[in-house]
Amino acid sequence: MAGENPTTVEYIQHHLTNLVYGNHPEHGWSFARYDHYAADVQAMGFSAIHLDSILWSIGLGFIFLGIFRAAAKKATTGVPGGLQNSVEWCVEFIEGLVKDTFHGRNKLVAPLALTIFVWVFLMNLMDLVPVDLVPHLLYMLGVPYQKIVPSTDPNITLGMALGVFVLMLFYSIKIKGWGFLKELTMNPFHSGKWYLDFTIFLPINIFMEVVGLLAKPFSLGLRLFGNMYAGEMIFILIAVMFGAAFGAGAIGGGFQSLFGETFNLVYWLIVLAVVIFTCWLNMKGKLATGKTILLLIVQLALAGGLSFVSGGFMQWGWAVFHILVITLQAFIFTVLTVVYLSMAHEDH
Amino acid sequence: MNINLTLFGQMAVFAIFVWFCMKTVWPAIINALEERKKKIEEGLEAADRASRDLELAQNKAADQMKEAKQEAAGIIEQANKRANQIVDEAKEQAIAEGNRLKAAAQAEIDQEMNRAKEELRSKVAALAVQGAEKILETQIDENANRDMLDKLAAQL
Repeated sequence: MAGENPTTVEYIQHHLTNLVYGNHPEHGWSFARYDHYAADVQAMGFSAIHLDSILWSIGLGFIFLGIFRAAAKKATTGVPGGLQNSVEWCVEFIEGLVKDTFHGRNKLVAPLALTIFVWVFLMNLMDLVPVDLVPHLLYMLGVPYQKIVPSTDPNITLGMALGVFVLMLFYSIKIKGWGFLKELTMNPFHSGKWYLDFTIFLPINIFMEVVGLLAKPFSLGLRLFGNMYAGEMIFILIAVMFGAAFGAGAIGGGFQSLFGETFNLVYWLIVLAVVIFTCWLNMKGKLATGKTILLLIVQLALAGGLSFVSGGFMQWGWAVFHILVITLQAFIFTVLTVVYLSMAHEDH
Repeated sequence: MNINLTLFGQMAVFAIFVWFCMKTVWPAIINALEERKKKIEEGLEAADRASRDLELAQNKAADQMKEAKQEAAGIIEQANKRANQIVDEAKEQAIAEGNRLKAAAQAEIDQEMNRAKEELRSKVAALAVQGAEKILETQIDENANRDMLDKLAAQL
């Protein structure tokens, strides 16, 4: 947070600013300074790196690979455990998707799709971490800016989209050869008379096809970026509007004034006891698992709702809705990647 | 929206992660899944085979049971027949034995009767003489009347 009491604009801007490390013409490789941020970033130009985005991205990538590698190492033909089960579910899901969508023969596509799906999902998942938590903690540790959702950085999403684009071009040329050039020049207008084709239709065709081709990676990257950026923005706006600090909702505040400062602690202890009691009933076999889960959700929703009415409740509601968005966006990115690569493999 | 080196950094990281995933993660998991699929298939097949075998065995057992029952029924029938035969034979034997005993008794009776007749016959002469003596109160010469007495005895 910028300063002790940031204005709304400052607060929002702070949340949307990356931690930049780059080659400053005067200071060499250094962080963009807090008090000269805009000027520093401008001076660095292209030779700068969003350290927060790239580090969170790498870290999440390692989490993905770590979990899946552990599961792969332990993968046996016997009865799978919990972690292995979910990993296998992911792998089977992606395998089914690739089998349905991709008709060529390529060993790269399925692992690529898996990596994109899980990685993008994890990046998007960072959106559900309370907006102020990590940036504020790091700010107290002396890190001026921190954006923890890599997919709200166009560099990250476009980086992956361009990676996919490179693969698209590579396979188009490898599979189709001259056919790829023909696709670019002879479609969609084709008269059959060479002088017409070469004089009028060729430039139009090239223009349309190149635009279409370039639109693929950019739409791929910008769609993910836009959705995540908007989602993050809404979290920030809710936080700004309601100042949703922990337990400071309308009812929480009311309770506090009625029962004193310790009420929040007591309240959460009661909730904890109820939750544990429900779990205990389930373990004793007096409650079916499905009912238990339902009951737990209702209890937590009630508890959370009571505690975080107003700002907190809005955050919570948007987070629940956002779970759908982040999964859907990860899925769309994956599906479109597979579809684009499939198109690159189709020889007409 | 600042596009900068992060873009290429992410591209490189992306490539490395995808490569790693392709080399180490994906094949291992897919292989394990395939193997498990095969194993489950085999297991199901084995179960199928076992149930088919069980059915066959049950059919066989039922057949054998039926056969055994038939055999048992045959044996019982034969035994009954044999028993009846034995009873009949025993009856016949008993009848024959009875007849034999009857015949023997009859023969003995006849013999006894003949013997009694003979005895009577041998004694009749003396009785007759005695009677006549009583009647006549005289001694009758037995020898003188022997012929007549024999004739009398023969008439008995």
